[in-house]
Amino acid sequence: MMKVQFRQIGMTFGGTRVLDDINLSVTEGEFICLLGPSGCGKSTLLNIVGGFLTPTEGEVTIDGERVTAPDRRRIFVFQERGVFPWLTVNQNVGFGLVGAPKKERDERVAHYVNMVGLGGFESSYPRELSGGMKQRLEVARALAVNPDVLYLDEPFGALDSITRLQMRRELLRIWQAERKTILFVTHDIEESVQLADRVVVLSARPGRVRRIVDIDIPHPRDLSDPRYIQLRDEIFGEIGLAHQI
Amino acid sequence: MSSRGLGHRLLPFAGIAIFVTAWHFAVLRSRSGLLPTPWQTALAIGELARKGLLVKYVVASLFRVTWGYLGALVLAVPTGLLLGLWRRGEVALNPLLQLLRPISPLAWIPIAILWFGVGDLSAMFLIFLASFLPLTVTAMHAVHNIEEVHLRAGINFGLRSRELVREVIFPAILPQLIVGMRITLGIAWLVVVAAEMIAVNSGLGFLIVDARNAGNRYDLVVAGMVLIGAIGVGLDALMRSLERIRSVSWGYATE
Repeated sequence: MMKVQFRQIGMTFGGTRVLDDINLSVTEGEFICLLGPSGCGKSTLLNIVGGFLTPTEGEVTIDGERVTAPDRRRIFVFQERGVFPWLTVNQNVGFGLVGAPKKERDERVAHYVNMVGLGGFESSYPRELSGGMKQRLEVARALAVNPDVLYLDEPFGALDSITRLQMRRELLRIWQAERKTILFVTHDIEESVQLADRVVVLSARPGRVRRIVDIDIPHPRDLSDPRYIQLRDEIFGEIGLAHQI
Repeated sequence: MSSRGLGHRLLPFAGIAIFVTAWHFAVLRSRSGLLPTPWQTALAIGELARKGLLVKYVVASLFRVTWGYLGALVLAVPTGLLLGLWRRGEVALNPLLQLLRPISPLAWIPIAILWFGVGDLSAMFLIFLASFLPLTVTAMHAVHNIEEVHLRAGINFGLRSRELVREVIFPAILPQLIVGMRITLGIAWLVVVAAEMIAVNSGLGFLIVDARNAGNRYDLVVAGMVLIGAIGVGLDALMRSLERIRSVSWGYATE
């Protein structure tokens, strides 16, 4: 079923063309990676679909409704600094559930705290957690309000490479359990091929859709699978990089 | 280990001990007859306590500071929040705030007496003036320093403006606000003493001028000064303890 529809999105900031004629259809439950070099406007695109920016041209619709403002049915996950430092782990996860009955709230908080592996840290404050734990906390806070769509803007960019790999595995596990539609912005080619159902490759400024690559490898993905390497190298080639150092 | 620990704990008192000793011998040498030795100062504090003036004056000073300061806090925090969030308001009012800030609260003493007469109200008004501007400016700047991602997260979770202030903006500015509150309380304590020298007939500031005017009782003058210092340290420690609250202490972490 069609979930998110980008129609001829264009964006100009003070005379600079940032995005041009972006068209994309995302089906429900799909994991999409928006991939492109720094400054290609991929974060701008995510902010448009998230309702934080209004495009100069075109429109985004979700379930047929035009996006005009942020909405609690679709949660934006920032890099780990998005968690509230003045709240404990439990309070952060429960942040979006203020209106809910206490019992339901407590159950949901406990469920998602455990899902992201933060059991035992319920009363800790974010500054007592590692970067990876803060990132998981933010994902749990987003999931707790049961959104249909998650927007992730280079969520693992600030983590070390080992933690980043673990976080990808965690995110896939959560996605398979919850079946949310995910739009994930990254500039990391490997990351996009490991995670996405489809990788949307954007060009340098102004960002245009160069190509959409179907990653037809089932999860869990074997990173030495010839098909994985083939798709990865195709994207490297598409971006104009030889896969050599 | 334990002796080193003890020495370490006593170290902060070394400066005070040296100063008191130097003071003692300096007074003995000068033979001025007016300045008290540390011991005579301690006796003067005892005399104040016996006469019931110690508690009376300390309470009088703290009473004025408390009400003037709390009144300023209650008005300054919403004002600072409003100006921090509402750009046009800030542009319109900030020059006025900057113009008023360098005027010492003491310069307002004649006007305070004109409006409120000699009494508690004048002193409280001066404390209010001394506290209101720094607290407003602190709150305003703290709002500017809020992380954009926190505001956006609050909006994304569907908070309306009042909830956003309560759930995100206020907790986000609290660490900086508490630092401003601590500094401002220090200023308020300085101002109350000065205000009491002129505008009222009780309190530690009054004690100091009164002791000098009524028979050059410099032992009482210095006793008043010692009390002012000690209470100031106490007030500061009280405010510092707020900084250790766990939902606030994140703001002071050096990462």
